Amino acid sequence: MQKILLLGDEAIAQGALDAGLSGIYAYPGTPSTEITEFVQNSKYAQDNKIHSTWSTNEKTAMEAALGMSYAGKRAMVCMKHVGLNVAADPFINSAITGANGGLIVVSADDPSMHSSQNEQDSRVYGKFALVPILEPANQQEAYDMVRYGFDFSEKYHIPVLLRITTRMAHSRSGVMLNSPRGQNEIRMPVDLRQFVLLPAIAKKRYKNLLKDHATFIDESESSPFNRYFDGTDKSRGIVVCGLAHNYLMENYPGSTIPYPVLKIGQYPLPRKLIEKIANECSEILVAEDGYPVVEELLKGYLGRGLKVHGRLDGTLPRDGELNPNLMAVALGLKDTIGLPVPGLMVGRPPSLCSGCPHIDSFLGITEALSEFSKGRVFSDIGCYTLGALKPYEAVNSCVDMGASITMAKGAADAGLVPAVAVIGDSTFTHSGMTGLLDAVNDKSPITVLILDNGTTAMTGGQTSPGTGKLEDICKGIGVEESHIRILKPLKKNHEENVRIMKEELAYSGVSVIIPRRECIVSIDKRMREKFRNK
Amino acid sequence: MKKDIILAGVGGQGIISIASIIGYAALGQGMYLKQSEVHGMSQRGGDVMSNLRISHDEIASDLIPFGKADMIISIEPLESLRYLPYLSPDGWVITNIQPFNNIPNYPDIEQVMAEIEKVPHHIALDADTTAKETGSAKVANIIILGAASPFLGMAYEKLEEAIRFIFGKKGDSVVELNLMALQAGRIFADQHM
Repeated sequence: MQKILLLGDEAIAQGALDAGLSGIYAYPGTPSTEITEFVQNSKYAQDNKIHSTWSTNEKTAMEAALGMSYAGKRAMVCMKHVGLNVAADPFINSAITGANGGLIVVSADDPSMHSSQNEQDSRVYGKFALVPILEPANQQEAYDMVRYGFDFSEKYHIPVLLRITTRMAHSRSGVMLNSPRGQNEIRMPVDLRQFVLLPAIAKKRYKNLLKDHATFIDESESSPFNRYFDGTDKSRGIVVCGLAHNYLMENYPGSTIPYPVLKIGQYPLPRKLIEKIANECSEILVAEDGYPVVEELLKGYLGRGLKVHGRLDGTLPRDGELNPNLMAVALGLKDTIGLPVPGLMVGRPPSLCSGCPHIDSFLGITEALSEFSKGRVFSDIGCYTLGALKPYEAVNSCVDMGASITMAKGAADAGLVPAVAVIGDSTFTHSGMTGLLDAVNDKSPITVLILDNGTTAMTGGQTSPGTGKLEDICKGIGVEESHIRILKPLKKNHEENVRIMKEELAYSGVSVIIPRRECIVSIDKRMREKFRNK
Repeated sequence: MKKDIILAGVGGQGIISIASIIGYAALGQGMYLKQSEVHGMSQRGGDVMSNLRISHDEIASDLIPFGKADMIISIEPLESLRYLPYLSPDGWVITNIQPFNNIPNYPDIEQVMAEIEKVPHHIALDADTTAKETGSAKVANIIILGAASPFLGMAYEKLEEAIRFIFGKKGDSVVELNLMALQAGRIFADQHM
């Protein structure tokens, strides 16, 4: 069979299709988005009726995937690392219920924060939930780990966490495919109370999980993804997780590594293999992308046992993505560098597209608020977060999905009136609706702008779950109809829009203003498709 | 044979197309490939770069080490300088000289050009104008690819084949336009190496 070129994300999706997937559930989030999109665009998935439409948020996605697993079929749920915070409740509890059909949770971490607000390490969540974790070092492993993960999940009735990073997700390489296998038939859990987490049952299930944990460690000892390579120079042993293995190898082109190396791709850590490298080597270097998870474990809090080097003692930087040069320095090898960047260099940050409707919304709200002191606009996660940058400098917060409405409410509770929330349509349905209900029930004097561009724009223009439903949702939540105002954010409507915004800022209850105009990139894409189909 | 290539530009300028063409040509010769791309937030008019590595031997890292890139191929002059720490001492910079000015503090273009001139091995051409002369402003990226073609370590015909395959779905006229762009860039490089 010939190798095909796949992004890490695509390799995971292809791996799932070939392993007999029945449904993929996700909310878009860089760098995980392309996994679900690959399934959505797959003819094989369409022909085999594999579920792939977007979920409203990561929690609904995780729960739907658990439901599919309950029914005996294989399900995958994908998210970016911060999405796992949203899905944390069902994720942690799914370890207690266990799985029935194979269940894989993919979480894509973003060390160096290329497109994120933190660099949290999903392996900590995996450990927290006591589930096995797989971490690929290359696209082939990403592909292979999906089938392995589904089989593991079905063998031990446990969800498996597949942890990747941005570099893995968005790097392309050749992948050799297996022949596809069919989906599972519907098959109910053997014990119909398995998923009923009443305390009496949960206690038993938890004991069961703790017992299984020892088995998971045994599995890690013999896993094809955990490999021990012996070396002659025992002055140092190297433990590398995921992509760190590649950066190590890059420093020894065409030659063998003198030190013993333990390559980790499956957790919980293989205890015997760790013991072997610790016993044989005078000191250990740990290289892992993300948090010093393995390093901390091997070192111990007081550091009185093994001599361990890595991110904690400055051998590697404490934050940010690893690379071959950082690895060279950690190994005491010669570092390389090209020419310096000229002094005239300036940054080129991302910016709102020319013609973007958000620009008109920002110019409007900034002017409407001009008579008040600055710092009253709470915002959210999406393209419009760029409104914090020059030349707009129109928003004052970006924390997590939905936080704009609830933070505005809290600030209003504190007496900051008017307080404004700026949230996108997709972020609103993801996590803004519940906060709006809080505000309505408290009659909080806040003005909520739901910037409706009809799409989930930042991640590449996916469908937005609330399209066509926003007014009804707001009405249903209890916002007074006279205080739900629809605007068209265009330059020619500026005066009129500012007037309406001022009216609502003056209202001492919950107002919702919906500036509605299609995303400029979506229009462009739509027009090009129309042209192509002619 | 092994080539480590940094592709640089501004989001939307078409560096992924260049990577696809070189990638297809490399795979067709049984080479290994790793290509790290930029997706997400930075695509909104920000600076973007891609690490493209092709080799007859297996490739370890998705990222090119600093000081090891054989070339920087850039569709924008300022962006060609941003990644100089990656360039190996005998590496080449192949860049467009037409600035993409979407920031308020874009440096003086004369000074940018002076910095490019300081790079020991470089090819700098006005790909935007050449592209328009070829038939469409859209093929500036392929002009740049043509100018980089002598340094890729593969036969020119392999790139032509890749263009035929990749643009084939869009029709003969698109294929022809891109082949002409490739050639225009190549001719410039041959005259200015």
